[in-house]
Amino acid sequence: MQPFHDVLLLLVVLTNFWVLGTTRLSSMIRAAAMQGLLLAALPVALYPHVSLHIVGLAIGTLLVKAVVLPHFLTRAIREAAVRREIEPLIGFTASLILGAAAVALSFAITPRLELPDTPSGVLIPVALSTVIIGLLVLTTRNKALTQVVGYLILENGIYVFGLSQAERVPFLVEVGVLLDVFAGVFIMGIVVFHINREFDSLDSARLTELRD
Amino acid sequence: MSLTAALGLLAVLLLAPALPGIANRVKSVVTGRRGAPVLQLYADLWKSWRKGAVYSPTTTILFRLGPVVMVCTALLAAGLLPLDGTTSPIRFTGDLVAFAGLLALGRFMLVLSALDTGSSFEGMGASREVTFAVFAEPALILCFTVFVVATGDLRLQGMLGQPLTHTWVATAPSLLLGAASLFIVSLAETNRVPIDDPLTHLELTMVHEVMVLDHSGPDLALILYASALKMALFGSLVVRVLVAAAAVSTPMALGLLLIGLVVYAMAVGVVESVMARLRMNHVPQLLVGASATAGFGLILLLR
Amino acid sequence: MLLLALILLPAATGAVAWLAPTARWRPRLLLAIAAIHVAGTASLWWTQDWSAAEGWLSVDALGLVVLTVVSVVFFAVSLYSVRFLENAKVPGARMFISCLLAFLAAASLVALAHHFALVWIGMEATTLALAPLVFFRRDRRSLEAVWKYLVLSSVGIALALFGTFFLAAAQVEGRPLILGDLVRTAASLRPGLLRAAFVFLLVGYGTKMGLAPLHSWKPDTYGEAPSPVAGLMAGALTSCAFLGLARTVAVMTAAHQSDFIRPPLFALGIVSLVISAGFMIGQTDLKRLLAYSSVEHMGILAIALGIGGAGAYGAALHLLNNGLIKGSIFLAVGNVVLLSGTSEASATRGVLRRAPWTGTMLIAGLFAVTGSPPFGLFVSEFTILGSAFHAGLTWLAIVMLLLFAIVFVGMARLILGVVYGTPEAGAGTLTESLPLVLGPLVLGGLVLVLGLYIPPLLQDTLVRAANALGGGTP
Repeated sequence: MQPFHDVLLLLVVLTNFWVLGTTRLSSMIRAAAMQGLLLAALPVALYPHVSLHIVGLAIGTLLVKAVVLPHFLTRAIREAAVRREIEPLIGFTASLILGAAAVALSFAITPRLELPDTPSGVLIPVALSTVIIGLLVLTTRNKALTQVVGYLILENGIYVFGLSQAERVPFLVEVGVLLDVFAGVFIMGIVVFHINREFDSLDSARLTELRD
Repeated sequence: MSLTAALGLLAVLLLAPALPGIANRVKSVVTGRRGAPVLQLYADLWKSWRKGAVYSPTTTILFRLGPVVMVCTALLAAGLLPLDGTTSPIRFTGDLVAFAGLLALGRFMLVLSALDTGSSFEGMGASREVTFAVFAEPALILCFTVFVVATGDLRLQGMLGQPLTHTWVATAPSLLLGAASLFIVSLAETNRVPIDDPLTHLELTMVHEVMVLDHSGPDLALILYASALKMALFGSLVVRVLVAAAAVSTPMALGLLLIGLVVYAMAVGVVESVMARLRMNHVPQLLVGASATAGFGLILLLR
Repeated sequence: MLLLALILLPAATGAVAWLAPTARWRPRLLLAIAAIHVAGTASLWWTQDWSAAEGWLSVDALGLVVLTVVSVVFFAVSLYSVRFLENAKVPGARMFISCLLAFLAAASLVALAHHFALVWIGMEATTLALAPLVFFRRDRRSLEAVWKYLVLSSVGIALALFGTFFLAAAQVEGRPLILGDLVRTAASLRPGLLRAAFVFLLVGYGTKMGLAPLHSWKPDTYGEAPSPVAGLMAGALTSCAFLGLARTVAVMTAAHQSDFIRPPLFALGIVSLVISAGFMIGQTDLKRLLAYSSVEHMGILAIALGIGGAGAYGAALHLLNNGLIKGSIFLAVGNVVLLSGTSEASATRGVLRRAPWTGTMLIAGLFAVTGSPPFGLFVSEFTILGSAFHAGLTWLAIVMLLLFAIVFVGMARLILGVVYGTPEAGAGTLTESLPLVLGPLVLGGLVLVLGLYIPPLLQDTLVRAANALGGGTP
């Protein structure tokens, strides 16, 4: 049977697809929370020689990525009274296809990167594909909250990549979690200032809301 | 062909009408009703078969051909599957393409017969059916590709038979992803929630049902049976992939398949109960998601 | 220990300023810390203790240059802010001063850090520290500006972290991510990963620098932020971001990857020049004009980094000059805003008559920023162009010259229109008190001096910095 950390990483990819394909914001946040949960379990699965450092990292990640930020996001949805994402710049179907292409690309590039040995052969491709998919969601979606979820996915990908280096440069991964501070600031900004969509100087963009 | 293969084919052909019944019964029970009997479809088939048919003067031979071709292609496709886990009655290299093609031919003739009536309802249903098929076919082929790459065999007998059992443990994640994708495709091909609601009575919301509005008597019986058989075939695909994990003797494999079919029908019923139908323009998203999942399983095998 | 103090003292004071209830002491606290910081930086010049432990925090030539820019510009800005806060209509001194001090701490961290992760943390901290400052006016336009700033900067920072991880993966021996060790063991670095690291670090720190096409946050942010803040960003923040990029280039050059880094650096540099020149032509807002000027100069720095050799010396000199003059000219524009309430050029005429010092500084700033003699930017740009000719990149130098000319036309049109002309009847005047004038005057004066004479101490440091960029020992 596959090692546990590989299963976790595969599930991470599936949550990425979930975020790409869904239109309901609450569904998206649930996917991000699920991803946070998987990521919290990942350090323990990768480095079973349990040390205080690893356990602390897992608990910290769990709290930040799977509890605090999704909670903030859910509050933001309620405040902003937004339920659904409208048709994004490149369409949901195209997003899914691009996401699958990103995964394929990551798996294809990784052998050519001459990376040092990592505990799992799937770690780097999943990290790369998650970064690409995060960027995809961030740049092609209209609602500010979806863009924040995209940013969360982006930093999750970076975090996974950092885990591959965790043995050699221990505190580097914690530094990555600092990125979550940004995400927290965004969400606060959205809530406090009711930023619903990305700012667009063309008012004609507002007409597309009537379609939904 | 071997005895178990023949027995398997016969069993599935006979069991097929029970599957929609099981699904509907589960749906009713979950929502707190008693529901129709499980074997209701048999009674409906018998009733329709004995009635006379009414044909509109605007229709041509195509209208009468549709149901016939549907049933024949479904029967032939059933012959291609290794239902007992070892051999299929009909086998040749690349028969997986034939499988998909036969079912597509059946759908094509049904669409033609629907368009033949000249009614806008049928035309609307036909266009929707074909649109969904455009997204479902690649997903189906991708799933098949996963199994082909996993077993290295281009025949359904090999993809779903003994070779699959040998590689199951090593390629489990990809196979599970393929099976999940196949499940969604089966929902699409058999016109069930979340793609199409078989119990709706509003023509504007129908996809499959509205195409067969004008069929009556034996034609309707043939179509009902063919739909049930399609459900049995796709269910067999999904179940075979999962059951292949167990290295058992051939009769046992057949038994497991039949039990699996019942479980599949129940699963469909549960899915129908907990989900609502998707908006039409979200259905392609679901099917592309299924393709992406199967594609991901393929990537895992190829690296 | 001095290094640690340079970072921690502003940070601690920022926290104190935030928590302290009284309002009157805050501006003086700000000034005091700024003065102490300048003194500390000056003492670093004096001691020239290059052999300090190559630890996580240490001083090297280029870092010292950046630290100096940060320190001096910050002092001018804090001097200006004292009067600016009194004139500003929105109360918010507490936030303003605490964030300024936090920025100083973070920028000092970037300048002094020799561990790539610390550099990154510093850059992230500067982004966060500046956000409330950009949002000072709290109206819809500044909200949009700060939102764009945060989104683009955070993506850039995330990608920079990604690049830092790649760099860690590329390293085989030595202490992980320490600059000195990376340069020393450069031959053993894994090339594939190193290149990937460079790409991400270029995109990440390039976004913070404001290189085109990653610059779209700059015009909005510089336009909506208060002028002293914009000056600080254009002078100090861009220098810090450049330092992050320069450190990466140093590692790449040491690992013999110069041929790989040249095309992207040139590409981004030229695109920056073209875009800035293009957008300056029809510009109507003074601060946005200066934002594009900042993009232009970042492009020049990127090209200089790519050329290497004498170009690296030009880059270090240009960094110094650009930082100082940006501070000066933004503060002068700040006076214009105080005068007429807006930075729209059409709303102001005849600044020379209404506020003579400001008008003069604007004219001087115009000539300085566009690289005219006798100002320092002329010398640095001349050096860079010369190195381009020398390296056989004649086409590059000619393209740059052409674009410089276009930039001059665009800027002159707008600024001279503001400075000259008859003011409307009833237009107010500005009491040009010392705090409003001294800062920009001193900064501009320094740039003028640098154009005529470079003291040997500075020359020596710049040469060392260039050597570091060329791959030698820092």
